[in-house]
Amino acid sequence: MNVLVYLIPISLLLGGLGLAGFFWTLKSSQYDDPDGDSHRILSDRWDDAPPED
Amino acid sequence: MSVPISACPACDAAPLAAAQAGAGYRGNGQEAHRILLSLPAIYCAACISGVERGLSAQPGVRSARVNLTLKRATIEADPDIEAQDLADYLTGIGFEAYELDGVALSATQTDKMGRDLLMRLGVAFFAMMNVMLLSVAVWSGATDATRDLFHWISAIIAIPTVAFSSQVFFKHAWSALRVGRLNMDVPISLAILLAVGMSIFETINSGEHAYFDAALSLTFFLLAGRYLDYRTRSVARSAAEELSALEVPRAHRLTDAGEEVVPVNDLSLGDIVRVVPGARVPVDGVVVAGESEVDRSLLTGESLPVFAGPDTNIMTGEVNLTGPLTVRVTAAGRDSTLHRMADLVAIAETARNKYTSLADKAAAVYAPVVHLLAFGAFLGWMWATGGDWRVAMNIAVAVLIITCPCALGLAVPAVTTAASGRLFKQGMLLKSATAMERLAEVDHVVFDKTGTLTEGKPQLEALSAHKEDDLSVALALAEGSSHPLARALAGAVRETGVPPVGLERVTELPGKGIVADWNGTEVRLGRAEWLGAQPVGQTATYLKVGTRAAVPFTFTDALRPGAAEAIAQLQKQGMAVTLISGDVPAAVADIAGRVGITDWQADTLPEDKAAFVGQLAKTGRKVLMVGDGLNDTAALAAAHVSISPASALEATRVVSDIVLLGKSLAPLGGSVALAKSATRRIKENFAIAAGYNAIAIPIALIGLATPLAAALAMSLSSITVSLNAMRLRKL
Repeated sequence: MNVLVYLIPISLLLGGLGLAGFFWTLKSSQYDDPDGDSHRILSDRWDDAPPED
Repeated sequence: MSVPISACPACDAAPLAAAQAGAGYRGNGQEAHRILLSLPAIYCAACISGVERGLSAQPGVRSARVNLTLKRATIEADPDIEAQDLADYLTGIGFEAYELDGVALSATQTDKMGRDLLMRLGVAFFAMMNVMLLSVAVWSGATDATRDLFHWISAIIAIPTVAFSSQVFFKHAWSALRVGRLNMDVPISLAILLAVGMSIFETINSGEHAYFDAALSLTFFLLAGRYLDYRTRSVARSAAEELSALEVPRAHRLTDAGEEVVPVNDLSLGDIVRVVPGARVPVDGVVVAGESEVDRSLLTGESLPVFAGPDTNIMTGEVNLTGPLTVRVTAAGRDSTLHRMADLVAIAETARNKYTSLADKAAAVYAPVVHLLAFGAFLGWMWATGGDWRVAMNIAVAVLIITCPCALGLAVPAVTTAASGRLFKQGMLLKSATAMERLAEVDHVVFDKTGTLTEGKPQLEALSAHKEDDLSVALALAEGSSHPLARALAGAVRETGVPPVGLERVTELPGKGIVADWNGTEVRLGRAEWLGAQPVGQTATYLKVGTRAAVPFTFTDALRPGAAEAIAQLQKQGMAVTLISGDVPAAVADIAGRVGITDWQADTLPEDKAAFVGQLAKTGRKVLMVGDGLNDTAALAAAHVSISPASALEATRVVSDIVLLGKSLAPLGGSVALAKSATRRIKENFAIAAGYNAIAIPIALIGLATPLAAALAMSLSSITVSLNAMRLRKL
């Protein structure tokens, strides 16, 4: 049962990472335009190089 | 479903947009100015890049970002760039675009509440999944130290999560309790708090059952319902705001320094404003110079334009048709006719707000029953076990958790989300939360005529009755004017292929008509009074060639597409349909005949309309009022449920529960049926939730409920209810 000492923290950490990822997507407003995002993947505008900041 | 997850439109798109625009124009050093454009016709990937590329190539534009979900573009530009120019440019390259008033949209700019709910939902989901994993180990037989360890870990995850995610319920419950009322959140909060409290106690004492997973899944499912509900409403709200943002309230003020464009709110009494042809009159006022005709149909329902010259009173909401008018402001903003009408309506509205929704009715029955049951279980087991409060408490908590309305919390929002999503796709926007339920009860439909059943656009009649020569001359004259009658005439004649004659010295006299020279003969097209002709009893324009008697060209109002179908469909569903209009009997009878309505009234005043609706309501009918004019607002507010087209004035749209976004009336026919089946689904969902409880409560009462049983009952009932709601999406 000693394996639980590693496994439980690891599972919590992984779940926590997922949660942090969700927060990030929420904060960077990635749910604002679901329709547009699904169409933008078809655009070739930034195919050669990503936009500069 | 294509409803945006967040109603936040342009808010945070700006930094992103800047990034997307890449190494584009960086601006002229002045502070950027944000322009919002509505793009109702975009739908594809090519549209997005077309609009963005096109806008970015415009001088002065720093960045442009399209939001396809909201069909809107956000542009950062130099301060001297006019939104109207960009909209015209886009319309020119094939993307229909309209300017949006950023101020009217500001309320949706930051959708804090939606994001907050989503955040709490995410945390609850994370905690629920992790605790559920630990619980599975306990359910499958972990004992002693292992079970205690798992309970402790669950507690560490669950306590902060409940403190954060369930706050929504605690706050609502507290605000209800403080004023001595019970709402759905009271049993929810009690169940969550007791479940967590009891579980902590059991964990400390190495007990067998802990309900951390139940407390968390309760929180998660209920938050999901809350969020669905919120999102449906915020989508409706942002669409409604967009409609009002489309009317940018500006006026051309004439000052000594010249003409300036100012917001209508900045106008004051005695200011002089100019109203160009085709524009809506922004204020109440008196004409000081210029002659024209104004379209009053939105205010009175008359389809005939009215002459306006010096000293004529004109009112907010009328449309100037032919010549420019200079108007002295007699009332602006809050004091204008429009606003006074809106105030009247507010009074009528309060009566309707008393409607109790199905959810409220269910909560009123449910909350006390649950509390009594749990309390009864506690007392019963205290007595049965001879005062073992730990067993009694455990069972009471189990009863509370199992009866707690996961399914009940989802029953209504899951259905309304599905149904209003479907209505939205058909072009109907539900503004009020209870509109669906009220729509389902409708048994009498009352229509307004001008602008509702008709498009408010004239259509030339009896074209073949005219001589070809007359048509040629009339076409040539009509081409020189932008008056709606002239345009309708020109359009209809052009389709027959009759060529226009050659005219010289074409002059338009605002408020009168057009005069020109045809091979030395004077030809005129215009109002009867101006030509000395005998007016016919309907909308008409008159042609006079030389000294010959004037020839009338008569018009009827074009029906809105789908009007006849919608009415036929409503009648087939057994609903009474009435047409009530402020227009003259002949015009009303004509339209009634064309759409198949036998019961009609003409020459009605706004008060008559409201009284008629009120009378019907008194006899127990549930009236659906469909109207667009200011003269309909009182009737709209008095009706059980009301619908107005998007072309209606803002004051009218505000009082209606549902807005028709498209031009066609066709969705109306099916909407009542859809509302009926939605209400049926809600009731079914209540029945499903009650069914689960009927099985689960006895089990909990006799003390056989385990945390596993609670988790199963909760998940199964929630999923069944959601699936039942999904059936609405395809019918």
